[in-house]
Amino acid sequence: MSGSDEVEIPEVDYVSGSGIPIRGNDIDTDQIIPARFMKVVTFDGLGEFAFFDLRFDDDDTPKDHPMNEDRFQDSSVMVVNANFGCGSSREHAPQALMRWGIDAIIGESFAEIFAGNCLALGIPTVTADSETIEELQDWVDANPDGEIEIDVEAEEVTYGDTTIDVTVDEAQRKALVDGVWDTTALMKSNADAVREKAKELPYVDDEAIPEPK
Amino acid sequence: MSEGTLYDKVWDRHKVTTLPTGQDQLFVGLHLIHEVTSPQAFGMLRERDLEVAYPKLTHATVDHIVPTADQSRPYEEDAAEEMMSELEENVREAGIDFSDPTTGDQGIVHVIGPEQGLTQPGKTIVCGDSHTSTHGAFGALAFGIGTSQIRDVLATGTVAMEKQKVRKIQVDGELGEGVEAKDIILEIIRRLGTEGGVGYVYEYAGEAIENLNMEGRMSICNMSIEGGARAGYVNPDETTYEWLEETDYFQENPEKFDELKPYWESIASDEDAEYDDVVHIDASELEPVVTWGTTPGQGVGVTEPIPAPEDLPEEKQDTARRAQEHMRVEPGETMEGYNIDVAFLGSCTNARLPDLRRAAEIVEGRQVDDDVRAMVVPGSQRVQAAAEEEGLKDTFEEAGFEWRNAGCSMCLGMNEDQLEGDEASASSSNRNFVGRQGSKEGRTVLMNPQMVAAAAVTGEVTDVRDLQEVTVA
Repeated sequence: MSGSDEVEIPEVDYVSGSGIPIRGNDIDTDQIIPARFMKVVTFDGLGEFAFFDLRFDDDDTPKDHPMNEDRFQDSSVMVVNANFGCGSSREHAPQALMRWGIDAIIGESFAEIFAGNCLALGIPTVTADSETIEELQDWVDANPDGEIEIDVEAEEVTYGDTTIDVTVDEAQRKALVDGVWDTTALMKSNADAVREKAKELPYVDDEAIPEPK
Repeated sequence: MSEGTLYDKVWDRHKVTTLPTGQDQLFVGLHLIHEVTSPQAFGMLRERDLEVAYPKLTHATVDHIVPTADQSRPYEEDAAEEMMSELEENVREAGIDFSDPTTGDQGIVHVIGPEQGLTQPGKTIVCGDSHTSTHGAFGALAFGIGTSQIRDVLATGTVAMEKQKVRKIQVDGELGEGVEAKDIILEIIRRLGTEGGVGYVYEYAGEAIENLNMEGRMSICNMSIEGGARAGYVNPDETTYEWLEETDYFQENPEKFDELKPYWESIASDEDAEYDDVVHIDASELEPVVTWGTTPGQGVGVTEPIPAPEDLPEEKQDTARRAQEHMRVEPGETMEGYNIDVAFLGSCTNARLPDLRRAAEIVEGRQVDDDVRAMVVPGSQRVQAAAEEEGLKDTFEEAGFEWRNAGCSMCLGMNEDQLEGDEASASSSNRNFVGRQGSKEGRTVLMNPQMVAAAAVTGEVTDVRDLQEVTVA
């Protein structure tokens, strides 16, 4: 029954890789993955459609966009500005970024549902003030092969000779560092308590509560 | 931290335990699912050999990809048919009720939940859709989740969440003619910003909110997420209870109404509740709000000048410049007179019966402008049937609107209803993001449904109050 116990959940206490700057505030998930690419029943293959409309013209000619540049093709750390991932709750957005090759995102701020979706995929979303972010974006532009190291536990990012303090939401940090970011098995182990809770709620009909297994 | 608010009370009643991450595990009272964000979650369940834990607290509909013209099966578009078939199989296997188009109950997920009485005060409600905040209008704690969280809810009946702060938005005063709930929420987002609500839940209160019908309250809660707040709610009151009593669930189980009412009353925010923040808005100062840009926070009163980017806070200037270039608007001008190619009356924000009634009043006796493609997409099959019954369909069709079947339609352009090229749309929906309505050159101007009707007949953004004066004369 509990096949979920077999799922291996890696600890994500440290991520490193070269960066890619995606500039602009309020980049919404419709930009990250346009709705027409969501007519699918799996997430496979979404990577090639990440930021599609900003990357390609109507006749699929590549536009000027960091994700089209050769120098950023191996990048795995995205550096973004404020309110990144706002709008639609579509997990297709972080799924597309992850499948393009992104392992972590550093930004000024993130929309809540987007950050939660990233966490569910083991992708840290760490934050710093706007000035720090812009400096990092400039550095990435000048050093496309330069290594960025994210120490999730210590809340530090190191690039070149610089180490900056970043913020990782407390629950996110614990979940990533302790390897409990995939919550299904964890929450399933509380099934009895969940049933008790359901029985206490006046609006839940008895017949809606499953028998213990 | 807040204390004694509806949010605190509903949270406490649903908290199972605190997880090792510090997040709380919350029981989910109603899980709504649709065809776009759920199939991958069912796939993950199969991979892990898990079953749906609480199928009777789960309800499905189809809305995002459903065609609004020809709904005969198989759907003309293969991808749409595949998504629908997948959903049908998933709900059949799990024993989940499905308001599919053959039932007469189908519609946008945030329209059908309230219609059927599934949405109730004091419930926790989740759905893989950011506009789940809509259900907060009934005093539910309702928020959008991603697909991995849908997997969690399917497998466990619970979701892992961090508790947030509560901001009370006190809206006093009376709304003027032509100004409605949509304008209140557009004004709130304009003032507090698209990320002003991150980390907060919004409680909407005050005379102007209390005077709204349930549909108006839904329009406001619906767009909480556009202001960054994952959830928004209104405390339940007599208006809420009157709506609930008429729904299927309480018509079929009238004894439940009396049984549950004390619970509903008990979870409303206390008089002396403590909030993390309070914001005041005077409804009587508002005029119809329209957007000039490409985020829902870029709004302006219809007679007010469009702001110059350099007059905005520094962090908003770049976005504003790009938005004005995309929309082809100039600072100092008003949006009044902005040319419109498409008028879209629909979406989970504004496609309920009273929305269509108000728009029809404007349309009555007028004709859609020759250069405008105008369409009405009712929020649900029930809204559609009721509107047809009272003659609204005839009013719209006689004026030159297309009358279509229920679905999300041109709000996000996942079916055949899309903007073409650089068409400009007057839209009663919730998002004006670049590309949102199906064309990356497309331009969306958000507004209330009466304003959409006015734009449809004049071919440009129009202050509906001017048309109303003519009607009176």
